[in-house]
Amino acid sequence: MSDMTMTVSGGSGADQALTFHVTEADHPENATLLGFWLYLMSDCLIFACLFATYGVLGREYAGGPSAREVLELPTVAINTTLLLFSSITYGFAVLEMQHNRRGPMMAWLIVTWLLGAGFIGLELTEFMHLVSIGAGPQRSAFLSSFFTLVGTHGLHVTSGLIWMIVLMVQVGKKGLTPANKRRLMCLSMFWHFLDVVWVGVFSFVYLMGVLA
Amino acid sequence: MSDHATHNAHDDGHHEHAHDGVEDIHVTLKGYATGFCAAALLTILPFWLVMSGAFSKTGPADAFILLLAAIQIIVHMVYFLHLNSKSQGGWNMLALVFTIVLVVITLSGSIWIMYHLNQNMMPSMMRDVHNLP
Repeated sequence: MSDMTMTVSGGSGADQALTFHVTEADHPENATLLGFWLYLMSDCLIFACLFATYGVLGREYAGGPSAREVLELPTVAINTTLLLFSSITYGFAVLEMQHNRRGPMMAWLIVTWLLGAGFIGLELTEFMHLVSIGAGPQRSAFLSSFFTLVGTHGLHVTSGLIWMIVLMVQVGKKGLTPANKRRLMCLSMFWHFLDVVWVGVFSFVYLMGVLA
Repeated sequence: MSDHATHNAHDDGHHEHAHDGVEDIHVTLKGYATGFCAAALLTILPFWLVMSGAFSKTGPADAFILLLAAIQIIVHMVYFLHLNSKSQGGWNMLALVFTIVLVVITLSGSIWIMYHLNQNMMPSMMRDVHNLP
């Protein structure tokens, strides 16, 4: 706590109460963005646990298909491209936001949304293909941990897509108010964070899985 | 925290339009472009090495892929998440360092211990168990 000054008014006025005044606000500036950053860090720990689970179980095939047999790198390369491009288009949206240009910002958000939706669409296609060839999550420890890790990332991206729609509606209704700008910055952090996690996924799960 | 005086001057009541730091983040097209190019390179290189068959075995290849991933994560943090030691009074960086410590302990600890448990469950040991009366 910072130093607190207590102003005691003269004893004559009976209606004058003690007033307390914190001279130095003890909340940091940028509290929302810092709080959201802390959420991202805790999310990071969830993914660390899932990565550790995959690291332990990722080579336990139980007689089922191995990573090399079922993971298709071309699909993953396209997915990675989509997500990386959606990162830079969200960056363009933030640039437009800072210049208070609502129309171009919305356009970049829509592009970002479409890229993200494409990513989810391809991932769901991949999952359905795996399940259809009998390589569902119940097949082996490798596939259980694979579906949990990649699926959790996919769920996050899906939440980001829903959040983006909500923000586009809010910006459409209220414009680029300070509150909306703050929300857009939070989603920006969330979206780029998901790309960071995906870097871990394609390196650790897909590339190293195919090499194994 | 050098601007306390100015804040106190208009600090009566709550912040009407909160200082949420959105204005403090300096994003530039150049920053995003640099980050994007670096990230693209660091993505294409490992994919090309694995898909072209240049990497056929694990070992050094794994280490190289992980190294490129680590570099790319740093690129994302700096150019896309705008992280630096100054942002939010250093609390961003502090939280990140703490998280990295926990992540490293979780990952390396789990893999290390479970690998050794796996060693203890090797068929040679299982044979000993089966030979027990």
